[in-house]
Amino acid sequence: MSVVTNTTTIGAIELPSRRNTELMLLVFAVVIPIFAYANVGLAIHGELPPGMLAYGGGLAVLAGLAHFVVRRYAKYADPLLLPIATLLNGLGCVLIWRLDQSERLQNLAKRSFGAFSESAPRQMMYTAVAIALFAAVLLLLKDHRTLQRFTYISMAAALVLLILPVIPGLGADVFGAKIWISVAGFSIQPGEFAKIVIAVFFAGYLMVKRDALALASRRFMGLYLPRGRDLGPILMIWAMSLLILVFENDLGTSLLFFGMFVIMLYVATERTSWIVIGLLMSVGGAVVVGTFASHVQARVNAWLDPFGCYTTSGACEQVGQSIMSFGSGGVLGTGWGQGNSDLIGFAANSDFIFSTVGEELGLSGVMAFLLLYGLIIERGVRTALAARDPFGKLFAIGLSGAFSLQIFVVAGGVMGLIPLTGMTMPFLASGGSSVLANWALIGILIRISDTARRPAPAPAPSPDSEMTQVVRPS
Amino acid sequence: MNKPLRRISIFCGLLVLALLVRTNWLQYVQAEELSTRKENRRVQIAQYAIQRGNIIVKGGQAITGSTATDGSDYKYKRTYVDGALWAPVTGYASQAFGSTQLEALEDKILTGNDDRLFFDRTIGMFTGEKKAGGNVVTTLMPDVQKAAFDALRNNKGAVAAIDPRTGAILALVSTPSYDPGSFAGNSKADEKAWVELKDGEDKKLVNRALRETYPPGSTFKVVTAAAALEHGVVKDVNEPTDTPEPYILPGTRTPMVNHAQGCEKASLLAAMRVSCNSVFANLGDKVGRDKMVETAEKFGFNNDKIDTPVRAFASVYDKTMNRDGNAQSSIGQFNTAATPLQMAMVTAAIANDGKLMKPYMVDELTAPNLDVVEKHEPEEMSRPVSAANAQKIQQTMVDVVENGTGKPAKIKGVTVGGKTGTAQHGEGNKKRPYAWFISYVQNPDGTSPVAVAVVIEDSSADREDISGGGLAAPVAKAVMEAVLKSKI
Repeated sequence: MSVVTNTTTIGAIELPSRRNTELMLLVFAVVIPIFAYANVGLAIHGELPPGMLAYGGGLAVLAGLAHFVVRRYAKYADPLLLPIATLLNGLGCVLIWRLDQSERLQNLAKRSFGAFSESAPRQMMYTAVAIALFAAVLLLLKDHRTLQRFTYISMAAALVLLILPVIPGLGADVFGAKIWISVAGFSIQPGEFAKIVIAVFFAGYLMVKRDALALASRRFMGLYLPRGRDLGPILMIWAMSLLILVFENDLGTSLLFFGMFVIMLYVATERTSWIVIGLLMSVGGAVVVGTFASHVQARVNAWLDPFGCYTTSGACEQVGQSIMSFGSGGVLGTGWGQGNSDLIGFAANSDFIFSTVGEELGLSGVMAFLLLYGLIIERGVRTALAARDPFGKLFAIGLSGAFSLQIFVVAGGVMGLIPLTGMTMPFLASGGSSVLANWALIGILIRISDTARRPAPAPAPSPDSEMTQVVRPS
Repeated sequence: MNKPLRRISIFCGLLVLALLVRTNWLQYVQAEELSTRKENRRVQIAQYAIQRGNIIVKGGQAITGSTATDGSDYKYKRTYVDGALWAPVTGYASQAFGSTQLEALEDKILTGNDDRLFFDRTIGMFTGEKKAGGNVVTTLMPDVQKAAFDALRNNKGAVAAIDPRTGAILALVSTPSYDPGSFAGNSKADEKAWVELKDGEDKKLVNRALRETYPPGSTFKVVTAAAALEHGVVKDVNEPTDTPEPYILPGTRTPMVNHAQGCEKASLLAAMRVSCNSVFANLGDKVGRDKMVETAEKFGFNNDKIDTPVRAFASVYDKTMNRDGNAQSSIGQFNTAATPLQMAMVTAAIANDGKLMKPYMVDELTAPNLDVVEKHEPEEMSRPVSAANAQKIQQTMVDVVENGTGKPAKIKGVTVGGKTGTAQHGEGNKKRPYAWFISYVQNPDGTSPVAVAVVIEDSSADREDISGGGLAAPVAKAVMEAVLKSKI
């Protein structure tokens, strides 16, 4: 804690607001997807797509609106977050529209459900709602610290959200994973929202308890081991993750929550022992569940050798198809609309949307997308570093950490790096919950970064960090 | 709290780095392997994404086609004109069951993916022309092919006809045949047709002209005669040989059975005329195994790389057998086996005055705009016999058709040389013998426009030579007449 960087120092000089930088980047973030859209139309139908103006105009209006809200209500916010999210979301809509044009997927839908409906218009609508939500977050959440008040309500809310899919009559089983609920004709993935709500709870809870967790410990083999009673919360979260895994068949969500908690716990207490304990618990949990749950076993087998069981197991075929999709793309890819990533079949435009990026945009495209995600994560971590209050720090690192885990778990799954889990690529994948939740997440990060960079008349008193300094053994 | 934050940021960076490394591994290092795996349907999708180029026969007629399908995976499907007639040439290109022969070997030209078509493709990118497949122009003559196919009728057998001067294959027939168009798609009907052909008793999918070896029987005596002349065992075809009657196989007490009269001390000419087993067994024994092998190999035996470009099976002349085995092999029995193409090559070499031309059936590969991408130049393969000796053998073969067992192949006003053969096979030679006939036509100037080999399985004859002359010779005659007619 000896290093105090410039970002946390509050000077008298007013920082540039960077809103014009953001606006300029936004222009690119709108123009690039429009070109991509035109490209798909030309490649597949040999003509510019009919909805060109509507799509381009719509994206521009949404981006403009978001920018206006940021300019008006979060003047000092990070200038990169909004353009990157807009770019990813815009390209995601193009990818979904491209897969809508696939005859193969249309026939598949007709065979399985009797009818095919386009996903792209729905995705555009969700995007509009999500931008509205983003604006609402900035308008209503004047200061992220107000969320601190809802620490325990958040916990209850998160638990309810996580339990909803297993309630009979409400939950829907989609491709084996019970992570959906259907309400009034809409399918909602409560886990996506739970990600944010639970981050509020972790941040609030850890901010209060961090001293107890950090200081009351015994030294054992170079590690500070916490007291038994302090292990309570981590045990509870661990048990909850395992329950999600067992009852909802959802490896991704369970990994995400537990990982997020360990990250936040480590940041709050600065105790490496928590990482070790966390890792041990995840490995233990994974081994136990992996041995007994057949769906997890199938996923693991598919990961180890997708072509060994290609013809016998659906899970293997999916992973194999996805990997071949990446391989067939090569360095430069086949070009928009010219690949055969639709061979993956079901979930081609949701869980496996990244395979289409791999095939049609190639290695170069995938690296560009990964770097864009990397930039969002980096801006999120930077926001956490810059935040002046411990709650903001914890909240921001929780959200960014969860975001990076999600990218890793999803992209790693479709690329065969780790076993496949049932999660979606933020901003790219088709699905309203994911878009809404991730725009809300960006909104919160923008709010925290605005608070961090806003030149305050006087620095907020932070007795907390000073106290830590005094007590820490050197 | 900033120190752990920095560590977490490094951790997040590592996660992204792992993904970057992984994508490089998949899309660069493993790209080739993944994109060509057998599970990867993109390979077939690309194969049938455009109108496939055609296989064309002499005269410019295409024997293949391509038709648009309504399936979403494969845009086009292969079609065949008179598929059963041409199947031994084209092979098949099936969406579900792969491809063989010319369809497989020239796939890159036919799909337009050949590197030599790169320039056309690049131009096409700018002119907006759709990518198209190139064509394979073969040397096969439709009239000759049809004559051979019709002459074989319902018999199980094969015909190979070569132009001895160039090695160009003029006809390649295998019966019973199959229609490659019947399983070109990937529907249930295609699968049914495929399974029936694959598991059927008649082995219709086998290309008997190239991919089946038969004991050549008496037709092999031409090779033995060539060896005897080349290695000085016989100098004059009219000079009597020292063959006793009965001739006992060396090292055994088994007499060599003759199916003809007057074989004792018969000259080469006389022995060829009536097809004396004893004389040729005797000559083969005198030449010796190793020299027999040498001559046979010059004709193309024991060569497993005869690419037309469709690879023919290797014909066999045993290199390690005993003396009595060699004597039996000299009349085309024992371990000797030959493809119809091989016997056509033997005939062609004799007819071309001892010069064996490399057999081929692809004359040109052309780009979609008909520019020639590759042209085959006739190529000498070997010289199994000298011109003088070849002419001596020609004399005996003409005599066979004029006065001997090959009379059914006689064509009025044209010099024809030939040799019959009936090969026994099976346990104790109990199975019905194979009827063979090899022949060639000689122009007045000494050159030859066609050499042909015919084999018919399951012939009903039981006496040596009559069956070869009676069953197979008319087929050879029909082929030769078709060649002569088309030359006018």
